[in-house]
Amino acid sequence: MSGPMNTPERAASALRQLYAGYGYAPFKVQKFERYDLYAEFRRFLESEQILTFTDTDGRLMAMKPDVTLSIVKDTAAGDMRKVFYHENVYREQRRGEGFKEIAQMGLECLGELDAYAVGEVVMLAARSLQAIAERCILDVSHAGVVSGVVEDRVMTDEQRAAIFAAVGAKNIPALRQLCPDDATAETLAALVSLYGPLAETLEQANTIPLPRPSREALAELETLSRQLSVYGLDFVNLDFSVVNDVDYYNDVVFRGFVAGAAQGVLSGGRYDRLLQRMGKPGGAMGFAVYLDRLERVQEATADFDADVLLLCASDADAALAAQTAEKLRVGGETVRVQQSAPAHMRFRRVLEVKNGEVTAC
Amino acid sequence: MLNVALPKGRLGEKAYDIMARAGYECPSLLEPNRKLTFENPATGVRYFWAKPSDVPIYVERGVADVGIAGKDILLEYEPEVYELLDLNIGKCRMCVAGPADFRDDPSRTLRVATKFPHIAKTYYSARGREISIIKLGGSIEIAPILGLSDVIVDIVETGSTLLENDLAPLREIFPISARFIANTASYKFQYAEIRDMVEKLAKLV
Repeated sequence: MSGPMNTPERAASALRQLYAGYGYAPFKVQKFERYDLYAEFRRFLESEQILTFTDTDGRLMAMKPDVTLSIVKDTAAGDMRKVFYHENVYREQRRGEGFKEIAQMGLECLGELDAYAVGEVVMLAARSLQAIAERCILDVSHAGVVSGVVEDRVMTDEQRAAIFAAVGAKNIPALRQLCPDDATAETLAALVSLYGPLAETLEQANTIPLPRPSREALAELETLSRQLSVYGLDFVNLDFSVVNDVDYYNDVVFRGFVAGAAQGVLSGGRYDRLLQRMGKPGGAMGFAVYLDRLERVQEATADFDADVLLLCASDADAALAAQTAEKLRVGGETVRVQQSAPAHMRFRRVLEVKNGEVTAC
Repeated sequence: MLNVALPKGRLGEKAYDIMARAGYECPSLLEPNRKLTFENPATGVRYFWAKPSDVPIYVERGVADVGIAGKDILLEYEPEVYELLDLNIGKCRMCVAGPADFRDDPSRTLRVATKFPHIAKTYYSARGREISIIKLGGSIEIAPILGLSDVIVDIVETGSTLLENDLAPLREIFPISARFIANTASYKFQYAEIRDMVEKLAKLV
């Protein structure tokens, strides 16, 4: 049959089922939010461009560039929440492209986060990828490993940001240039060079001499690795170059890839620091799936616009055309009915209603 | 099979030379013909030539798994790619250049002609200097001579073009060399091939 659901639609429906299966509740948010929220937590956002307008009461409002902030804001302190959402957000994807409406699906777990909850969120991220494409990879890291190495070194914020950018780009020459001393540079170079299956690569990471905070972060990854092994996910890799904004993501972070998409399609992590800044206790973790990046992830594009084109001139027997179309459709074929053949469309076969009968063309 | 984007021109030829020495030859590449892609199944590579400033776009969008691009292009476009190796070729400097006796008058907006507006903007905004960018496609050196701009932000290799036009490099912004870059998703899905390539190249640079 031609014209199946496209990948983003299929993914959204599979993901909804997956998340609901673990007790996550669907969450609907409003399209608008007060601009102040984003101004205050600007660095939490992926893009700093925000589409604003003035509401009827004169308040500056924003078209949502992000859903997580709204969910966290609306969560009462002390509540345990497990929610997922499927919303459009508004932001600039690439510099100079202008604002876009982007379909995004995501999941958040807020409250008393324990080791189990962390493992569950990472597992759901991994299974989300599996639901999208057969070949997929989830890269996991812990922000504490890299930040532990640079933590007690004296440097400016700019220098620190440049080092994290170099870690993110696996840019070892830049690390050697930016780090205040050779030992730091070599430790970071060794970390970003590691890449492979989580459990085995953690063993290799353990042979690198690291300061105590980094070793503690590694131990947390080991706990996570043990839980993930229960789920039998063999496409989870360790990659210390996964860095989200370290001001907010202080713990486990991850990024997902599927074959056929040139960039990551899933991104997430633990962001307790956002809660702290909002004056709320507890932990928070979540991820977003960028459905718009899945458009080109498809086995093949549909070869035909519909299976059958049924031509039916304005003076032909409309009832016969209806009857024929119904029969074809019940038989599992897609049918398009119109007076003449449309340009630039392809059909498996063409039928015509003429002189009270249906003939093949 | 790895798709490799090479920058057209002298830099690309030098880069291919390193690739060939690392074991990724593709003799058809150097033959004079009108083909656009060149494949060598034996070594598992498919090359294509691209405009130098387009290489990061091909790599970021994944049609090239890896590519070779100058640091200048990477800093101008800031693509989301892995920067795996400094090839130490195509070395030059990004500079502010202008008349040798240029004196900056801070009471006026500085007019800057450049092919690299993002780099120029970042450089001057970090210094709090008010500038007006004049984006040109080429022959940047002519701008200060004709009075179109006060200074230029451009690549300086030997400085001889500047010198011949009574211009001089006034300040170095950063050094440039060619980098070996990889698409982030390709790096995951073709890890062994890309890693192997990086290690072979690293021995030669």
